[in-house]
Amino acid sequence: MTRRRTLGAVALMAALLAAGPSRAVEPDEVLPDAGLEARARDVSSGLRCLVCQNQSIDDSAAPLARDLRLIVREHLKAGDTDAEIRAYLVQRYGDFVLLKPPFERATLLLWATPALVVVFGGMALWRRRRPGTGAAPLDPDEQARVDALMAEPPTRR
Amino acid sequence: MFIETGHFALVLALALALVQSTLPLWGSVRRDLTLMGTAVPVAIGQFALVAYSFACLAEAHVVSDFSLVNVVENTHSTQPLVYKIASVWGNHEGSMLLWVLILALFGASVAGFGRGIPMVLRSATLAVQGWIASAFLLFILLTSDPFARVARPPIEGRDLNPILQDLGLAIHPPLLYLGYVGFSIVFSFAAAALITGRVDAGWARFVRPWALLAWTFLTLGIAMGSYWAYYTLGWGGFWFWDPVENASLMPWLAGTALLHCTSVMEKREALKVWTIFLAITTFSLSLLGTFLVRSGVLTSVHSFASDPTRGTFILLILALFIGGSFALYAWRAPMLRVGGIFAPVSREGSLVFNNLFLSACCATVLVGTLYPLALEATTGQKISVGAPFFNLTFGPLMVPLLFVMPFGPALAWKRGDLLGAVQRLMVALTVGLVIAVVLVAVTRGGPVLAPLGVGLAAYIIVGALSDVALRVRPRPMPLRTVVERAAGLPRSAWGTAIAHAGMGVTLLGLAATGWGVERIAAVHPGQPVDLGPYSVTITALVPRPGPNYSETLAQAVVMEGGRVVAEITPAKRFFATRQQTVAEAGIVTLGLGQVYVSLGDQHPDGTIDTRMFWKPLVSLIWGGALVMAFGGLLSLSDRRLRIGVAFRRPRPAAAGPRPPVPAE
Repeated sequence: MTRRRTLGAVALMAALLAAGPSRAVEPDEVLPDAGLEARARDVSSGLRCLVCQNQSIDDSAAPLARDLRLIVREHLKAGDTDAEIRAYLVQRYGDFVLLKPPFERATLLLWATPALVVVFGGMALWRRRRPGTGAAPLDPDEQARVDALMAEPPTRR
Repeated sequence: MFIETGHFALVLALALALVQSTLPLWGSVRRDLTLMGTAVPVAIGQFALVAYSFACLAEAHVVSDFSLVNVVENTHSTQPLVYKIASVWGNHEGSMLLWVLILALFGASVAGFGRGIPMVLRSATLAVQGWIASAFLLFILLTSDPFARVARPPIEGRDLNPILQDLGLAIHPPLLYLGYVGFSIVFSFAAAALITGRVDAGWARFVRPWALLAWTFLTLGIAMGSYWAYYTLGWGGFWFWDPVENASLMPWLAGTALLHCTSVMEKREALKVWTIFLAITTFSLSLLGTFLVRSGVLTSVHSFASDPTRGTFILLILALFIGGSFALYAWRAPMLRVGGIFAPVSREGSLVFNNLFLSACCATVLVGTLYPLALEATTGQKISVGAPFFNLTFGPLMVPLLFVMPFGPALAWKRGDLLGAVQRLMVALTVGLVIAVVLVAVTRGGPVLAPLGVGLAAYIIVGALSDVALRVRPRPMPLRTVVERAAGLPRSAWGTAIAHAGMGVTLLGLAATGWGVERIAAVHPGQPVDLGPYSVTITALVPRPGPNYSETLAQAVVMEGGRVVAEITPAKRFFATRQQTVAEAGIVTLGLGQVYVSLGDQHPDGTIDTRMFWKPLVSLIWGGALVMAFGGLLSLSDRRLRIGVAFRRPRPAAAGPRPPVPAE
């Protein structure tokens, strides 16, 4: 129903809440090894909960997110590196699962945007500075006209 | 019974908006005073009609008139009054009506309080505001009618989404809209300036108060939304780089750049073309945000495709206004004469630097938000752009921006003295460096970025304060003179310093998140959990009925060194109407940090899943935003006086009636 479409944020939360009262990482998931658990959290926060809107599996309460968190921890216990776990999940779900998109041809423009704006913006500004330090100064006649205009009271009724 | 009149008022408002978009513009092109004179009463009348219409809808929500689809779907008769009112804008139709109400409010304010603005400019501005109002009123009437009736009214409504039943969210949308729709008037001023062909320092002075007002509200709105997410969503995060958040951040970034630009234009008449460009861009980003949030395109491209009526309509408005204004810009901007010149190292130069980096930040957020949509639409490839991307790109852009920030006020206009500025900032640089070094040494093995962030924040805060201090007391002098000079310092200078310090305060809060402590555990009542300097014990779990929900309340005590320092009551609320459970976090502010407890599932063995945090200095994140907004208001109060002065000048005090003093 079209009427039921609400704020995107609301949709996000509705999706989140549909899963019930459970919150993100639950106590029974936590690994006993603190170092491994810290790595699990780190890896999880870079993986997307595929059924949620822009949430990491570390933040999400959806059952799928829980499954993925458990998979991550299983693999960590089995001795996989972080990169291997990510590669495994990308193989299963595609690049969509990564919250930090890989650097490749399709995402070149995405990653380059900040640098492009700073470099080209800076260059454009520098160019503008160069030629004869901008416009010629006003001659006395022009200045007099400007002063007259500036002194004019605001137009109103 | 008010419903039909409310609907009718909306139609009348559209008619007035159409009048507003044509007659005054015609008048300002032909310099016809009678035609231009229509702008003011029509703009005020249009606002009155939209306000009446909004009041009708609000009344229906308050009295639970279940003959209205909008009321049935979004309220429940047992809801507390404040949420009945909040439910007016807790849905698509109502929030669009609020959008238009605020649009009309800004138009009416310029009509009512903008007496100092030249007639030609004011009429053209109100005409452009009228175009926007016409487009969105048409959108509401054709696709999002909030006054639709139900054939058979049900006995009870479906309740407001429980997560929205919160005081923070009740006031967040109006604040946010006052900000991001407020920039509409700045857009209208820019388009009007292009149409009338007159862009000068006076223009910047007329526009600046409105830009400041919108910016202040937007700052508050974003901070409010962030704090709401923090305490409602239950995992202690406060910024998720969600597209909906990005939609409000982009106008903020562009609006911040605009504010800085208008000050250059006002004082030095430089950067005219760029200021106009930013004025158009800022509101275009607000429109884009409205499209992203309202069309459903974010939920998924497919949900947009399956019901494209609204989305297409807004997209059309978007194309019309953004395309139209930029075409106007491309046509007229080259005619604008280049203004004052300045050396690269100068106040202007630093503001250009500020604009370059704010633009880069804004472009990064824009591209990051739209890239997945564009890529999927063009190649079908699905990618995600989330927090890790933004942290990696946005962060490095903010560092140079924040580092240069204190230099701006320390440099002179036209040609600055870099060495002199460094000397002025010596204290700040030293304090920042010492704090960073000491923290790095003390917290060895801890997070790396946190000490550096705190150092940068300290440098910004001290830099902002020392700049004011040096202006007030450039050399040793008696206290009396210092006080007099402090009072004599323009409020805008105070505003700048305070807003900059506020940014530093927010950064301090952000940096300190690195030292947060988190515990995830299933706990028995009575079992203490260590949490940084504190320990938290849930003493009892009690069921309790609420007005339209039932809840399980946990009574918890926060102890420090065996002494109880606070009691908190996190809860889990069950809303029967929607069969939803919402966690109410228990939060207590201790010093500037917060202890945060959120409840999860209860287990048969009597334990309950909890997530507990100790977040040092976290309250500064939002506190800094409040400080920034205060700086904005202070600066605004300065501008108001100046407009009043400019207006009074032509009319000697003895002759004629006293000129009206603008309110607000």
